[in-house]
Amino acid sequence: MTEKRLSSGSVLLPVIVLVAAVAIWSALWLLQVFPPSVFPSPWAVAKGLGEELRTGRLPADLVASLFRVTTGFMLAVLLGIPVGLWLGNHVRSRLAFLPAINFFRSLSPLAWIPFAILWFGIGDLPAIFLIFMACFFPVVVATLSAVASIPSVYFRVAGDYRFSGLELLTKVTLPAIAPEVITSLRVTAGLAWLVVVAAEMIAGRDGLGFAIWDARNGLRMDLLVAGMIVIGVIGMVIDRVLMRLTKIRSVRWGYER
Amino acid sequence: MNDKPLRIEDCSVSFGSVEVFRNLSLEIARGEFLAVVGPSGCGKTTLLNLFSGFLKPTKGNVVCSGRVRTVYQHDSLFPWQTAAQNIAMGLRDLSSDAESARQLQEMLRLINLEEFAEHYPHQLSGGMRQRVELARALAGATDILLLDEPFSSLDYLTRLRLRRELARMLEELPRTVVLVTHDIEEAAQLADRIVVLSERPARICRELSVSIPRPRELTHPTVVETVHAILAEFGLEQN
Repeated sequence: MTEKRLSSGSVLLPVIVLVAAVAIWSALWLLQVFPPSVFPSPWAVAKGLGEELRTGRLPADLVASLFRVTTGFMLAVLLGIPVGLWLGNHVRSRLAFLPAINFFRSLSPLAWIPFAILWFGIGDLPAIFLIFMACFFPVVVATLSAVASIPSVYFRVAGDYRFSGLELLTKVTLPAIAPEVITSLRVTAGLAWLVVVAAEMIAGRDGLGFAIWDARNGLRMDLLVAGMIVIGVIGMVIDRVLMRLTKIRSVRWGYER
Repeated sequence: MNDKPLRIEDCSVSFGSVEVFRNLSLEIARGEFLAVVGPSGCGKTTLLNLFSGFLKPTKGNVVCSGRVRTVYQHDSLFPWQTAAQNIAMGLRDLSSDAESARQLQEMLRLINLEEFAEHYPHQLSGGMRQRVELARALAGATDILLLDEPFSSLDYLTRLRLRRELARMLEELPRTVVLVTHDIEEAAQLADRIVVLSERPARICRELSVSIPRPRELTHPTVVETVHAILAEFGLEQN
């Protein structure tokens, strides 16, 4: 198959799947497989979505969630990469801290929800804290393992060509770990998007997580599904945005060989 | 300026209880192409590490006067840089941008890869990558070139081709060269002088000089004779 036909297929084929899914959904609703009170129709959801967009509630919730995710994720990345670099270069520190990091990495960030509320109350802060806890440790681990696995010959070469301290970091270490770190950013951004919904359901008064929780409490199943659709779509958009990073010419080597 | 820029004086090197060299001495003249051959594990790479200063001898003295560059066995190009950027690393010390741009073009022309300047290493064949490695090491003002089995990961024909190219490049950019290899033909085809090392602890068990000019044909009688002499030294052919 030619590349052009493949790329048109990349739009057409998923659309076919989408249409089929909506058709099955409609059929289930029409046949009343589930009671209508707990199973909204596609058109009710579409109407609810339009209503939420018109009142401005949905955009406001979206902005609130995106703000939390961006802040928590950026904090985790800005602190996690330097910590990973440091641990990757210092064997003794790595021996000391790696078990603790793996402990926190294995601990579901949702386990922190009670403390998040007790320490930070309700609103932006607890959600940012939970997102940070979800993202920081995976970023550290990915960075340090990328640093530790840089072929030593690169540093021999850097010595032959007289790269000095800061240049070693900016011209050897960082470009050498970039592909692996970018992959981990994609994974952790997805994680952050999962966590913000859970955090807002419990410790929020706005945001998409709160919106679907609120819809459920008001028995507005149409709005609940509308919220779910927005959450899923935004998650896909975030991944697509971060995937752009893998197209940078100087990191392609990490994905192509 | 002394005329022996590389000297190993009575050096011993041990790693724990493994003795690699015992009282080894070796001198290399300016502009000379020395090849070191020997059984695998005899310490050929260790010898290069002594010259490059990467390794200090347990005992003895190493003199290395001049700027050293090493070509490693394979994949030491920075994969995040294009061929041109990798070669430009060798020109880092030039202060004038115009001059480094000119020399970069010159090096690309020398290795016949002008069209591949903007390609990344993973987009090049093994032979092309190794040519970029050579260009990077030969670019700019350097004196000494250390070659650590530079063609060992290439197929036979590419290897033969790159030997010719290396000979041609050295004609334009003369350097003092130490080539470490297990490829006896390679040594005989390229080197002015060949040192044959013994098993560990390595000592020089034979020295041969090859005085015909480069590039040499593989089937030239002198090359064949040299190959035979080395094989005989290893007990692989009748003396």
